[in-house]
Amino acid sequence: MGQVLFNGIYTGVQYSLIALGLTLIFSLMNVLNFAHGQLYVLGGFVTYYVYGGMKLPFFVALLASALTLAAVGCLFQIFLFRRVMRRSVREESSMLLSAGTAMMIESLVLIFFGEKHRGVPAVVSGVYELGGVFIPRGRLLVIGLSFLFIVAFILFMRYTKPGRALRAMAQDPETASLMGVNTARYAILGWALAAMLAGMAGAILVPISGVNSGLGNWISIKTFIMIMTGGAGAISGAIAGGLALGMVESLGYHFFPGGETYLIIFIGLIAFLAVRPNGLMGKAV
Amino acid sequence: MKRIFALLLVIMCVFSGVAAASAAEKVLKIGVLGVMSGPAASWGLVNRYCAEAAAEIINEKGGFEIGGEKYKIQIVAIDDRNDPKVAVSGAERLIYEEKIHYIIGPNIDPTSMAIVPVIEKGGAISIPYAFSKKLFTAPASNAILGMIASYQAGPVIYRYLMDNKGIKTIAFVARNDSESLNQRDEGVEAARKLELEILADKDTYEPGTTDFFPVMSGVVAKKPDLLVLAGAAPSDTPLLIKTARELGFRGILSTETAQDARVIAELAGDAADGFISVGGASTPEIRSAQMEEFMKRYEKVAGEWNDEAGTKVYALEIILNTLKQAGPEAIEDVSKFKAAMDTFSMPNPYLKDGRPLHYIGTPYFLQKRQISVPMVVSVYEGGDFKTLFVGSVE
Repeated sequence: MGQVLFNGIYTGVQYSLIALGLTLIFSLMNVLNFAHGQLYVLGGFVTYYVYGGMKLPFFVALLASALTLAAVGCLFQIFLFRRVMRRSVREESSMLLSAGTAMMIESLVLIFFGEKHRGVPAVVSGVYELGGVFIPRGRLLVIGLSFLFIVAFILFMRYTKPGRALRAMAQDPETASLMGVNTARYAILGWALAAMLAGMAGAILVPISGVNSGLGNWISIKTFIMIMTGGAGAISGAIAGGLALGMVESLGYHFFPGGETYLIIFIGLIAFLAVRPNGLMGKAV
Repeated sequence: MKRIFALLLVIMCVFSGVAAASAAEKVLKIGVLGVMSGPAASWGLVNRYCAEAAAEIINEKGGFEIGGEKYKIQIVAIDDRNDPKVAVSGAERLIYEEKIHYIIGPNIDPTSMAIVPVIEKGGAISIPYAFSKKLFTAPASNAILGMIASYQAGPVIYRYLMDNKGIKTIAFVARNDSESLNQRDEGVEAARKLELEILADKDTYEPGTTDFFPVMSGVVAKKPDLLVLAGAAPSDTPLLIKTARELGFRGILSTETAQDARVIAELAGDAADGFISVGGASTPEIRSAQMEEFMKRYEKVAGEWNDEAGTKVYALEIILNTLKQAGPEAIEDVSKFKAAMDTFSMPNPYLKDGRPLHYIGTPYFLQKRQISVPMVVSVYEGGDFKTLFVGSVE
């Protein structure tokens, strides 16, 4: 059971990091970003080329992934989402746009990076064995980095001026605008942060899981499960949803090895949302 | 006026020249239908790159001769996204719009089964890389298995490991899709017949999984001598191997599907040493000069070599050579192609030993509906596959 718990913590912490970006965009702009998984994949490929291909240090690659994805997030907001949301009053337009961008990124990644699953050398190697529990050092690094990024993100949102402005926008964009918040500029910052979080998650997981062009959709589906469980738009909800999914997944594979795990997760999610439609931390609209 | 007349004359000459060249140059279109996007993209893209690379080589030599006439080979590729509905529309497009009668692919049972009515009605032959016996057994008659099935390779590998490594226990882990589950069930059946003790045969993971610790923890804890990765995609295999080793697994790992050494090296590294899989004719010990030439062309077409291509190089080669034997009428009439299959044989151009390349499969499908791809059982060592032994389905 110790192994199951470790697996759950490892999976849960990385899921939480992935979910943060999606929930940020949803809270700021009410956009369900179907391309979130593809942004994760793109971040992974940047690290693959910088760390695996150019042989630069891993933390340089991590920084490159973060900056590249932040730039992609900015471009998405400036050239795509801002224009569409300004002209269309229908929420479906932004959803369709995000689905389109998901397909676009997936196709571009396939064209430029190829069809193969890619991996890089381990950043740290070796496995600890504690009381029958196997703990690879690489996974401890992922847990540590994910935790660090999550804490840094929370501190940024809580104690910095841009963070407070983003929170104000998430609560009520009109009031925030009346209070002097430049919502157009902060929307760009929000997209940059969200894409950067997805890219950093992709980057730190490449040495362990590798990356391929087709991973994005499954990552996005899992992320939607997390934020629906935790409460869409709530940062604490994304963290709780990620940890919950990681732990349930680990327990599920232990007790139901025959492939029922995700069937049970989806049935559980339906039942849970019937009782608590706003998730664990979400507020009623 | 004279200038205009001269110009018109030149234009007419140019167009008539092009038309004459077009009329002289016959084109034979071959379809490739398979998954070329999403997580399993490598399966279909390898089929496509193999066909395109082989076609380039043939076309550069002036084309392929059938019935005394040279044909340029044109590959028409369609992505079915592993979706049966898309596969059906893709097959219809190839057959009715492109007028193609020979299709390489699809890659999995659901898509391969879905197009059976289309190819039977449309008078086309398909070469799927899927293992369901229904595809190749009467009343089905237009599908030809393009590689070694897991239920053919599994017993051979298990027997070899029993005799040479003394394995007594076995466990299976499979992807949770119909193709892989079918392969697992066939493997379990084969292991049972060989009286191996089966320690695990229910553990599965979802397609798209990248963290295999949860699923592998339970299987590895049972400490089997042999852990079979049933139907493992090339993207899953190295991660499954690495995870098993990180969890302290000391036994042997194997799969019955083709894998790529570079992907394994990148993701699993030395942890994969000793891993056994079924490949094609691309290992240095057995490949011919023609295989070397093909590998170079494949690298040019696809950007880099993929060991999966060693099993998929045969489809276009055998289609064209069977057409050559059957005659030009078989290009439009697949019944003539099927009639020629019973007697067709040629030396395998991709192997040094030149063993026959022909149609087999009667013991499994009660008719010859399989290409005699050599069963090259390989072991991964130090970043590459080395031939363990070359078996045969016959």
